[in-house]
Amino acid sequence: MSAVNAYARTVAAVLWKDLTAEIRSKELLSAMLVFSLLVVLIFNFALELDKAARENVMAGVLWVTAVFSGTLGLNRSLALEKDRGSLDGLLLAPVDRSAIYFGKVLGNWLFMLTVQVIVLPVFSILFNRPILNPMLIVILLLGTAGYAVIGTLLASMAIHTRAREVMLPILLLPVTVPVLVAAVRASSAALINADWEDIAPWFNLLLSYDVIFIGVAYMVFDYVVEE
Amino acid sequence: MIEARALTKTFGLKLVLKGVHLDVAPGEFVALLGPNGAGKTTLLRILATLARPTLGQVKIAGFSLPQAASAARQKLGVVSHQPLLYSDLSAEENLRFYARMYGLGQYEARLTAVLDQVGLAARRRDLVRTFSRGMQQRLAIARALLHEPEVMLFDEPYTGLDHAAANMLDQVLRDVAARGRTVLMTTHDLARGFALANRVLILARGVIAHSARTSEMGLNGFLQTYERVVNERG
Repeated sequence: MSAVNAYARTVAAVLWKDLTAEIRSKELLSAMLVFSLLVVLIFNFALELDKAARENVMAGVLWVTAVFSGTLGLNRSLALEKDRGSLDGLLLAPVDRSAIYFGKVLGNWLFMLTVQVIVLPVFSILFNRPILNPMLIVILLLGTAGYAVIGTLLASMAIHTRAREVMLPILLLPVTVPVLVAAVRASSAALINADWEDIAPWFNLLLSYDVIFIGVAYMVFDYVVEE
Repeated sequence: MIEARALTKTFGLKLVLKGVHLDVAPGEFVALLGPNGAGKTTLLRILATLARPTLGQVKIAGFSLPQAASAARQKLGVVSHQPLLYSDLSAEENLRFYARMYGLGQYEARLTAVLDQVGLAARRRDLVRTFSRGMQQRLAIARALLHEPEVMLFDEPYTGLDHAAANMLDQVLRDVAARGRTVLMTTHDLARGFALANRVLILARGVIAHSARTSEMGLNGFLQTYERVVNERG
């Protein structure tokens, strides 16, 4: 079996394991979903907005919801591996450890996207704005991917600390500022159907940041997890 | 089969292993004994490629760490006091997952064989969270045996087991050793370690302070030696 096939097989095995366990327990998705819906509802009732102000804050509310629920999911996803000792089980496998990382990233990304698929229609109703916008969907895919890529790497570090629930957001939010700024600005423009010229700089920044962090994580994950 | 030379490990300013030399021959069953904080788990984690030594060389089945860590892991089976299993997956799903991770082809027959070996074939479709601690530990051994490793590392495998489960684990360990595998086990149960192993090592304060063949001394003599060595090392 070629090295590429072996690598893909490992990524797929980790992803299958995470999805199967989550479908059974619903531990991560239920927490992320309830949290996201509450945040959207609270923002909706807390902000008394006219139409123009509403358009200005929509993208921000959308990403605050994604980021907070994503952080919750990332923390739990890695903490479950650590608390049950199964992270050691993964690291004992004779595989390139970055494949384990990418399997976890794909799982976390899918959980974030699943929550978004459920939250977006609610968001659309409460903020009275159609969200079936292909550009917005692409931006959501890229933004959540960037957040999952960086978040999974930092969560792998944070789980070894005593105050891991606090440590992950402290580490993660400053590092993801470029992703979040680019995602919010690009989403804002996409929500008002702006021209591609207005979206392109933020879109390109988002894409570049995703690619750079995938490369960084590929190189450093082995050192992050080994004592 | 296991070689460690001048192995040193520090955590911050704390020196946990102080130049450990260790040789375990093919087919040997070695019990690594010592008080809490002696460095047993740290040593096993380095041999298992889960931790990197600060100084020193390690070879597992001829593969140097960390350069050939992945090849060494293919030869290693590790059982710790934690089962390293997923409680929301069934016994066979856990084994199937690890079979994929170890790149085993046509693994269904092997799954059945290891489940039979540890006496869990009848519970193969049950979720691991419904298993007792003893059953989880037996499944952990099945997981570690799945890829037919040449070297087995056991880190406190008796932790949390009741008398019956511990006796069953004894039988599984004897079975593992009888198949010619090299075994290194840490335990606080001195009598059990002495009864199972060909050789006992006493690790105290980060150094291997004593090594003896179990065929050359009785349990009482060994217990006295253990007390003396541990007290000398403070």
